[in-house]
Amino acid sequence: MTPRPDRITAGFTGRLGTFDLNARFEVPATGVTALFGPSGCGKTTVLRCMAGLTRLNDGVLRIGADVWQDGARFVPPHRRPIGYVFQEASLFPHLSVPNNLRYGQRRTRNGARPVAFDDVVDLLGLARLLDRPTAVLSGGERQRVAIGRALLSQPRLLLMDEPLSALDRFSKDEILPYLETLHDRLDIPVLYVSHDIAEVERLADTLVLMDHGRAEAVGPLSALMADPALPLARLPEAAEVLDAEVVEHDSAYGLATVAVPGGRLIVPADAGAVGTRHRLRIVANDVSLSRQPPAAADSSILNVLPVRIIGAEPTGAHLVTVFLLLGHDGTGAPLLARITRKSWDMLGLAAGQTVHAMVKGVALVDRPAPEPPTTHTGDSR
Amino acid sequence: MWDPVVLTITLAGIATVLLLVVATPIAWWLARSRSAWKEIIGAVVTLPLVLPPTVLGFYLLIAFSPNSPLGQGVIAVFGQGLPFTFEGLVLASVVYSLPFAVQPIRNAFEAFGDRPLEVAATLRASPWNAFWTVAVPLARPGFLAGAVLGFAHTVGEFGVVLMIGGNIPGETKVLSIAIYDYVETLQWTQAHILAGGMLGFSFTVLLAMRLIEKRLGWSPR
Repeated sequence: MTPRPDRITAGFTGRLGTFDLNARFEVPATGVTALFGPSGCGKTTVLRCMAGLTRLNDGVLRIGADVWQDGARFVPPHRRPIGYVFQEASLFPHLSVPNNLRYGQRRTRNGARPVAFDDVVDLLGLARLLDRPTAVLSGGERQRVAIGRALLSQPRLLLMDEPLSALDRFSKDEILPYLETLHDRLDIPVLYVSHDIAEVERLADTLVLMDHGRAEAVGPLSALMADPALPLARLPEAAEVLDAEVVEHDSAYGLATVAVPGGRLIVPADAGAVGTRHRLRIVANDVSLSRQPPAAADSSILNVLPVRIIGAEPTGAHLVTVFLLLGHDGTGAPLLARITRKSWDMLGLAAGQTVHAMVKGVALVDRPAPEPPTTHTGDSR
Repeated sequence: MWDPVVLTITLAGIATVLLLVVATPIAWWLARSRSAWKEIIGAVVTLPLVLPPTVLGFYLLIAFSPNSPLGQGVIAVFGQGLPFTFEGLVLASVVYSLPFAVQPIRNAFEAFGDRPLEVAATLRASPWNAFWTVAVPLARPGFLAGAVLGFAHTVGEFGVVLMIGGNIPGETKVLSIAIYDYVETLQWTQAHILAGGMLGFSFTVLLAMRLIEKRLGWSPR
């Protein structure tokens, strides 16, 4: 493996107690990479190895050209420019909130400190917490301070170990928008451990799918979610995420058009100004297929997109999960449809055909939603 | 009558400072190490807790007698031996009170677990720096308890002093020996004053420790 400046290369092999870890992956050193898998699959151990908190002798870790572990070389955790957010906020109880925030900042080597204190306070909404005693903060507030503390240590890599899993639903919804802002505003690669696919769909760009101590698959999130070989597409709540950009407004009907690779979709107009980027989530159960495009006068469904069928797989006794690519020529983004096996047979569908996908619901996953996040458009039910 | 009081407080003060210096690294090692030796060393350190003080004093006396290699070494370096000197009492007190200082400090180090130190490491703190800026402040109640117990225990020692210190006024005649002397010579008034003073002192120490501990205690998370 030759070092590449824009990649993170990790490989950890070894036995910890009764657990065998053998995880290797290479991911881009940009954006959010989710380490996703069931509890006990070794995600947290991988993250701890990356931080240097757990040492496996057979390990390799390269961040761009920097080698943090390889053979006998092992950079101790306090010399790695990382930020680590633990499951529990783990604030120092003997320090005030500002001193917690500055603990890492004070210990960075002199030189560039691109992440400024005031920016972090602003980014994470910490201004009102600065004067409060550390012990009285709520779970969500503590975790925000912990994230700020990690960011102020000027990390080149931010490692987050299920930062939301110890929080209640309300606190999760409070923090997720901050994490998205982080993603948009800071140019720090993030490795994010989670067992919650909803968090992954909302935050991740790249996915490392883990099971039994191994990295089963690595790749862009949308590609892996619609990969026939992987378990994600077989989940009952299988879905696909698409990155979209607002291109047009229809103020008369309160709708907006967004462009996705290989097609356009209509979503509610509160999606923001033209040019705003969004992440859409389309549940496989909300996509049905038709050989002919329904005449506009015959259907209430607004989002009808030409798609190419690339495969199908029986799901349960009566359903079929259909793997699609957007566009007449199938060059766009992947999409999943789930239809009955009866429909599949009656329509005579097969891989290679170009058909029409009728999308009943499109959710903007990256928008704080006060109600259940799915927003149905053009559905007559 | 007050000479023994001054001597005892001086002895306990010096012994407490030395105790903290000696007990802290031992407590840290006992709390953090995964070595197989850990429990053996731990038991050795705890021995003075269950050993009759006279036994401990006897062995110390033997170890530092002018005939033993250790005693000869001390004489060669300092020009005098340890038995029946104030310095000998200090050394004996540190050994004798060690478990009282080690145990609370060790408990405090164990109580907060690995996490705060891991957090400190991910925030660029070297192990040495994390020890002083995280471990020591978090273990403050343990240090307080260790110091107070070590001090109080040294004040009250009798058997060890008798064995290694003897009864030299101004040099090794501490409170408990003085009380014993007064009782032996039927000077009940003086014995009452000193004994009552000790009673009040011990009670005050325990109460004060409890109160300060409560104020210093960090909320668990």
